[in-house]
Amino acid sequence: MFFPFSKKFRFRELNEAQLAYLIIFPSVVILLCVIFYPIIYTFYLSFHKMFLTQPGRVPFIGLKNYIRFFHSSFFWNALLRTAYFAFLSVGMELILGLGIALLLNQNLIGSKFLRVSIMIPWAIPTVVIGIMWKWIYNANYGALNGLLFSLGIIPKYQAWLAKPFIAMNFVIIADVWHMTPFVVLIFLASLAVLPKALYEAAKIDGASAWKCFKSITLPLLTPAILVVLVFRTVEAFKVFDIIYVMTRGGPANATQVINYYTYLETFSYLHFGRGSALSFIISAIVLIIALIYIKLLYKGIEYY
Amino acid sequence: MFNQRKFVKVLLYLAMVLVAIAIFAPFYWLIISSISTMSELLCTPPHWIPKHPTFDNYLNIFFPKTGVAKAAKIFMYTVRNSLIIAGGVTVISLILGSLAAYAFVRLVFPMRKQILISILATRMLPAISTMIPLYIIVTKFNLIDTKISLIILYFTFTIPYVIWIMTGFFRTIPSELEDAARIDGCSRLGSFLRIILPLSTPGLIATTVIAFMLAWDEFFFALIFTNTPNAKTVPVAITEFAGRHLIDYGGMCTGGVLASIPPVLLALIFYRFIVRGLTAGAVKG
Repeated sequence: MFFPFSKKFRFRELNEAQLAYLIIFPSVVILLCVIFYPIIYTFYLSFHKMFLTQPGRVPFIGLKNYIRFFHSSFFWNALLRTAYFAFLSVGMELILGLGIALLLNQNLIGSKFLRVSIMIPWAIPTVVIGIMWKWIYNANYGALNGLLFSLGIIPKYQAWLAKPFIAMNFVIIADVWHMTPFVVLIFLASLAVLPKALYEAAKIDGASAWKCFKSITLPLLTPAILVVLVFRTVEAFKVFDIIYVMTRGGPANATQVINYYTYLETFSYLHFGRGSALSFIISAIVLIIALIYIKLLYKGIEYY
Repeated sequence: MFNQRKFVKVLLYLAMVLVAIAIFAPFYWLIISSISTMSELLCTPPHWIPKHPTFDNYLNIFFPKTGVAKAAKIFMYTVRNSLIIAGGVTVISLILGSLAAYAFVRLVFPMRKQILISILATRMLPAISTMIPLYIIVTKFNLIDTKISLIILYFTFTIPYVIWIMTGFFRTIPSELEDAARIDGCSRLGSFLRIILPLSTPGLIATTVIAFMLAWDEFFFALIFTNTPNAKTVPVAITEFAGRHLIDYGGMCTGGVLASIPPVLLALIFYRFIVRGLTAGAVKG
């Protein structure tokens, strides 16, 4: 396999650095081929005009692909929608996740059962989440319509995913259902290691439950909150699967997030150059967000 | 005072019931839809408990007869593809990734930090930023619609993930243990196999399970790089129950249930390990 030596060859004869390079070699080569080389290629393509239908002609056009997007309202709208999606979904996941984690941390009857079963929404594949909620929201036969209609909340069945504003928010609900468990798990793990002595001391001093939460729990959870923020925002900015399955960017482009826009530009219109420029813009945004958070994160850890 | 405490407790239990409903109701509806007849599914309001439960949708997928929708017909092939691809990706990236992680944690070599950081940073990148060149390359090598191309493509996210989690786990193992083994005459490889690997078993289990789930879940690459049952994976097959004119809701939900079984079972069985794995690295999107 990847140890092409004779029998005489022994590990101890290598010095540490040689051994290390030997061990990381396979992973590094694979990643160079499937990530680093493609990224440089993407960067190169983003300055060129490339149509898949005309593979022979790849003229250099400088920053034209980028400039085109900065002047395009489609691009800015897609970016705004993505920001809306990320802000709302991550915000709700954070608040719900914290609430549920605190609730399940109470050691009531059944909380252990819920702690395990909350893994289910997280474990279900994203595409299944998409079809499941799409079916629940269905305009003619959906469970949501059936439920609200039976309860007399809506006078007649609604075509939820056909209304631009509602469609976006309903996709967000599906995403929140899928990813809140992840947030809960992170918070539960952090809550489990909080020092109990602090709470006992606070209790002796007569602090209320709210005061305990505000002055002990929340500050000690800061690193966990930042971890959740980094990972969820980055993922939310890359959202694609659930949009593809539930709405395909519709209705009237209302759910066309930046990643979906890039997908269309690249694999439907086959503008590979423009697609590359777009994917580079997304990567840049995601990296900037991550860097800002990481700066905050380190501050958060130094905080106590 | 006592009454107030009781009141709070009632509220807490009420909240727990709500959480339980929120977790189970949508999934319940997916399962119920998969065992309902078409006519019951199209009732208004729907039958919350089917009067005539049927396993036809499952039979159509397991033993497709002629006349069954194409999506149901190819479903089991895609399950096999998904198992081969996710399994292959998991095994290979686990071996390569955990070896690399060991080197990054325990061995000193030039550029160690820079290489590690650049590998970990790739987790931030959107898949689409590598997809266009990969598509061009894969087409050039005539590997479109093959399982092997998907396995290689999935390394883009599984290897960095494995390296990330396993570096976290290896750091928790005191290096004195290894030093002691070395002094007693164990080779480096020997101490890795006898000391490090057994101690990091929980980490390896968590990493295996989550890497498998990530590969099983993947949709974007599979959508672009496959187009026949030769390499199509389960997530792509599920979207195909929605035809141009008609959506086979029952079939789609059945596919959804079947696709959920492996990851849900893994998550429930390895609950403890996964929690440790997630909190060591905080993963999955």
